[in-house]
Amino acid sequence: MIELNIATLIFALFSVITLGSAIGVVWNHNLIRSSYWLIFCLFGVAGLFVLLSAPFLAAVQVLVYIGAVGILITFSVMLTRGMTHIVDVFNRQSTITAIVCAILFFVLMIGVILPVWGPSGSLADETVSEVVATTADLGVSMVDGNQYVLVFELISLLLTAAMIGAVVIARDNEK
Amino acid sequence: MVPLWMYLLVAAALFCIGSYAVLARRNAIAILMGVELMLNAVNINLVAFWRYATPDVMTGQAFTAFVLVVAAAEAAVGLAIIITVYRQRRSVVVEEVDSMRG
Repeated sequence: MIELNIATLIFALFSVITLGSAIGVVWNHNLIRSSYWLIFCLFGVAGLFVLLSAPFLAAVQVLVYIGAVGILITFSVMLTRGMTHIVDVFNRQSTITAIVCAILFFVLMIGVILPVWGPSGSLADETVSEVVATTADLGVSMVDGNQYVLVFELISLLLTAAMIGAVVIARDNEK
Repeated sequence: MVPLWMYLLVAAALFCIGSYAVLARRNAIAILMGVELMLNAVNINLVAFWRYATPDVMTGQAFTAFVLVVAAAEAAVGLAIIITVYRQRRSVVVEEVDSMRG
């Protein structure tokens, strides 16, 4: 069923990095360490993107998430010093939240597993197409009038507006 | 290649961990980290379905790129708000920011 080849091993490695670091993000009491775990987690997700033959997205993940968002979060943690060591890390509803999240995971797991392993499941090997669109196709689709050029322009506008808004919000008004 | 359901399982686990961080942590920056984890889980799902369903058209990857941009914008604005709140109240614990409570 699951053949043990090099791709499976690398997938397992990146999955363990991603999920282990995510648990590190949630459970760590020190926010600085949490942000470092977050960077590891995002690196694992970039590895999964490479395995899914999306190398451009993996590069963007490293540049934007690790390079920009990770550093931004680390800086914010340092700017709000004194808040890195709150004694009560979790709020009062943490136990019931954990139960709800576990139930959510099991529901999702049933939804994922049942179509494959269930009574009417298709255990036959799904044929994965070897023809994969390249990064050049992604670039063309971003500027093609019939595809995503309008969304591309809108998202650029959104990013510009958000950056200006962030500067305005964080500016110190007291002179 | 690794079957599709394994990717979906990893993404589901990542989403649940992220939602636990959002719902249970008290520090606003930790909550923002949880949101980032959830967005990454969604991105894994989008790319996995793109690879296994329609690898010859670019819809999945283009959507993932847009989600990445929106996540970056969300992080920038969210952290700006958190720093402003910290400057005014000396706290980033979400339960202590209750000016708009009814």
